[in-house]
Amino acid sequence: MFDDTIAAIATAIGEAGIGIVRLSGQEAIPIARLVFRPVRGSIDNTLNFQGKYGHIIDDRQQIVDEAIVMVMRGPRSYTGENVVEIQCHGGVVVVQRILQLVLEKGARLAEPGEFTKRAFLSGRLDLTQAEAVIDVIRAKTDVSLGLAMQQLEGSLSQRIQGLKEKLYDIIVRVEASIDFPEDDVPEVESQEMINILNNIILDIEKLISTADDGMVFREGLKTVIVGKPNVGKSSLLNRLLNENRALVTDIPGTTRDVIEEVLNLQGIPLRLLDTAGIRESEDLVEQLGVQRAMELVDQADLILHVLDRSAHLSEEDQVLLTKTAKKKRIIIINKTDLPAVWGPEALPITKSTPIVEISLITNDLDPLIRTIISLVQNGFLQRTDQSAIITRTRHKNSLLHAKEDIEQALDTLQAGLPIDLIAVGLQGAIEHFGEITGETVRENIVDRIFAQFCIGK
Amino acid sequence: MFQCSQSDYDVIVIGAGHAGCEAALAAARMGQQVLLLTLNMDNVALMPCNPSIGGPAKANLVREIDALGGEMGKNIDATLMQMRMLNTRKGPAVQALRAQADRKLYQRRMKEVLETTPRLYLKEGLVEDLVTDNQQVIGVVVRNQSIAAKTVILATGTYLRAKIFLGDTVYTSGPQGQHSAEALGHNLEKLFPLARFKTGTPPRVNLRSLDYDQMTIQPGNEFFRGFSFETKGIEVEQTPCWLTYTNRETHQIIIDNLDKSAMYSGAIVGVGPRYCPSIESKVVQFPKREGHQVFVEPEGWNTSEGYLSGLSTSLPADVQQKLLQTIPGLAQVEMMRPGYAIEYDCLDPLMLNSFLEIKEYDGLFAAGQINGTSGYEEAAAQGLLAGINAALYCREEPLISLDRSQAYLGVLVDDLVLKGTNEPYRMMTSRAEYRLLLRLDNADMRLTPIAHELGLISDQRFLEFKTKWNSIEAEVARLETVQIPSTSDTNDLLADLGSSPLRHGVSLSELLKRPEIMYTDLAKFQSLPKLPRDVAEGVEITVKYQGYLKKQERAIERFRRIEGKRLPKLDFLHVRGLSREAAEKLNTSQPLTLGQASRISGVSPADISVLMIYLQQMSGNDLNG
Ligand SMILES: Nc1nc2c(ncn2[C@@H]2O[C@H](COP(=O)(O)OP(=O)(O)O)[C@@H](O)[C@H]2O)c(=O)[nH]1
Repeated sequence: MFDDTIAAIATAIGEAGIGIVRLSGQEAIPIARLVFRPVRGSIDNTLNFQGKYGHIIDDRQQIVDEAIVMVMRGPRSYTGENVVEIQCHGGVVVVQRILQLVLEKGARLAEPGEFTKRAFLSGRLDLTQAEAVIDVIRAKTDVSLGLAMQQLEGSLSQRIQGLKEKLYDIIVRVEASIDFPEDDVPEVESQEMINILNNIILDIEKLISTADDGMVFREGLKTVIVGKPNVGKSSLLNRLLNENRALVTDIPGTTRDVIEEVLNLQGIPLRLLDTAGIRESEDLVEQLGVQRAMELVDQADLILHVLDRSAHLSEEDQVLLTKTAKKKRIIIINKTDLPAVWGPEALPITKSTPIVEISLITNDLDPLIRTIISLVQNGFLQRTDQSAIITRTRHKNSLLHAKEDIEQALDTLQAGLPIDLIAVGLQGAIEHFGEITGETVRENIVDRIFAQFCIGK
Repeated sequence: MFQCSQSDYDVIVIGAGHAGCEAALAAARMGQQVLLLTLNMDNVALMPCNPSIGGPAKANLVREIDALGGEMGKNIDATLMQMRMLNTRKGPAVQALRAQADRKLYQRRMKEVLETTPRLYLKEGLVEDLVTDNQQVIGVVVRNQSIAAKTVILATGTYLRAKIFLGDTVYTSGPQGQHSAEALGHNLEKLFPLARFKTGTPPRVNLRSLDYDQMTIQPGNEFFRGFSFETKGIEVEQTPCWLTYTNRETHQIIIDNLDKSAMYSGAIVGVGPRYCPSIESKVVQFPKREGHQVFVEPEGWNTSEGYLSGLSTSLPADVQQKLLQTIPGLAQVEMMRPGYAIEYDCLDPLMLNSFLEIKEYDGLFAAGQINGTSGYEEAAAQGLLAGINAALYCREEPLISLDRSQAYLGVLVDDLVLKGTNEPYRMMTSRAEYRLLLRLDNADMRLTPIAHELGLISDQRFLEFKTKWNSIEAEVARLETVQIPSTSDTNDLLADLGSSPLRHGVSLSELLKRPEIMYTDLAKFQSLPKLPRDVAEGVEITVKYQGYLKKQERAIERFRRIEGKRLPKLDFLHVRGLSREAAEKLNTSQPLTLGQASRISGVSPADISVLMIYLQQMSGNDLNG
């Protein structure tokens, strides 16, 4: 019915445990065959809904993760088409990799609500469910649209725009010379075009590789360590980093003035904000004081609020506690190796607020980590920018396709074929850029021809 | 007011310009009684702008008109003075024929065709009003007398309440001193809102007063085929055009007199096209340019009048004379008619559906410049479509439209009726997403079967058409089967052609895929059948472009899938889940298919999903079956 195969992550991102990548469409099974190596047999002869154990492999035949793959053949599937579910244990990063792999093998990233839409259109859902389907599509789209806009602010967007301008420039010159051969429009020389296209390809590749960094970087739960001076924030930070550091990402420009680090807590990435602030000298922290901490608290998905049990709760502690109350937080009562001056019952917090009593000098971090994981698993914690990853993947995919199209144009050009064929690749590429920024490129090309060239007999 | 008891005609066409002529011919050829009304019997098929037809995308439109059984291609083939093939090195998809016409001959031949077409009545008459009855058009009023018809096609060109601007002189007039249709403009405005567009022309000069030593000659090219499938060969001694340039001195005169230009004094409210700017605009917008091209084009065999393409202006006549004299070769120029700007009424094409029917009024069609386009070719193509649909309407058969993958005409109409336009719309190849498929050489393949079905193409021609494509197909298949071994003889031949040697045997088809090898070159390796040139051309393009064409065809398949899904007449505000903006835009455009809906700005993919689900819900049927 539909000729393309769609794919998406089926579990909510951030959930630990099982991650699912779902494929639907004619090519679902062939694509799965390319990325999945079963331990025994092949997925072609499994029964519907029967899982097959094996490994997900990448292009270099490296194992990405172990996985269970389930094939549900149409029409007896959710969407009515052939559906494949790839279940794996790894965290977000791994699920993301697998999604990327199937996209590279020819699947297309599903639109919001698209599985449900296909299910409906193939008659797998009741007509009375139509309204629900519409709600799903509407809601998901509105969220991701909003996010797509957000994502495009900042330096990434500037780089994409810059690249797009380069591409427009060459296309507009080519198109103007095609449509107005008798006007004084200079033709684009092959060698110049080859150089420009090669440059654009290089730029796209750079963008794609940093997009990857950015993706890992953005994935984590935004976490802030809060507490007045001397309660043990640096000690907590250092221990978390020493024992759990996943990737240190301090990409200039992407973090503004906030230095961040990413931890991997058993598959759940944690993004620690303002690690520099914590490390700065006490004076400076005092200078900046509560004000700065509060700004960070507003952005955070999770607060680790540190208190010192061996000293009296001060005014400052109280102020901080009211500020963090509106956020998901874990109260860390530190220095249990020293005599207690107060107990948990003294804290102005609700019963459900998780508390971890610990000594950062003598205890291990397990109780804290377990608390964080269970918060995530029970769905109490969600990333505020959950769809950012989806948006990222979408952008990256568009960039990859744009690159392929430019490579095609370049091949055509180098084979000595005429400009009408070269233009096919160029236009394809600019359309992929248009997908990112949401513009109708064709009309823009026409507008730009007139703005740039003096045309008309 | 006027009661029309029974129809005097099936179709009345208002205006005998390029749109009106094609419309009337198509409807009459499809068996309808057609009245074609013109303001002036001596100005049928007038070219008030360049005496030239074709160019990129426009030539494709002419071939499409021809493939659909229209007249423009035959008419230009019979009356041309020069032919050029443009973009020869840029590939078959963008190659373009362009012909210089003998203006008077062009008109005379077209008039004769109209006069001799059965069921077509060409009459002079100023239409003042339409007669409507309950949102249905039932006739027109000509000088207080009503004439009844089942359908009416508005093809009024630039004549609706036309005003001419020449320096600070403004007067009511159509192009070249013709009547302006004042009453009709006034009355149409009561039916629907009208907009103002403008365009301009350059001065005409006596070609005997020019010094050709100071200009560059622009001769015609050799060419093997005209615009029409039916034209067998064109015997013509081609006349050249000439190229010269404006210079700083010219520009200074323009700048000094800018306040006298109607365009810059603010007298003109209409919106002009960006691609055909006046020389005033060019000088102002591109101040760094040292010179602008001026093409000197002859207007006919039997006249010394010449057209100065590139010098469109609304400066006063004396300033025009002065600036012309600064241009190399024009020092002694004798200006015969000054250039002028013209402003006219047109309708908002968003009022139309893709049959070129005005949505609010049954039986009322519109084609040509009144729809906000520019250019003879754009007008004629629309005229043909409107004529076909008026005829189908009378026959009570389903109307037809073309989609973006079938024809430039499809792109043109789709752009107009879904996006509207805020300047006179010109066809360009960059507007077409399936450019590789919308070529000059295959216009017949794309459209002739449709025209044959409609009765616009004779059986004889249809047979020739089929023979042509069968031969192409057969030869393409044959080339795939003939193997060429890798011998030193072969490789020597290849070296002569600037091509790399073979490492193993290949088919002729593989060889032809090499960019440096042409079909005729294959004769060196294997004797070739004697094929007509258009067949050889078809073979060459088919083989060379196979891979690319397949890719575009796949894209088209995907496009058609949603293009084909019909939308019922709906109040989109009642469709739950559509964004408000989308619903409002959809209500205005009332797209006929889901594909059309998807191209309306403000309608997102999510809205399209919502519509798909809505349709499914309404019908309960499988939408994708
Ligand atoms: N006894 C004890 N001392 C601790 C503990 N955690 C931190 N400290 C000490 O408390 C002091 C302040 O800790 P630091 O991490 O710099 O606090 P910050 O100002 O909140 O970053 C340091 O001297 C630490 O060694 C703990 O659990 N027990």
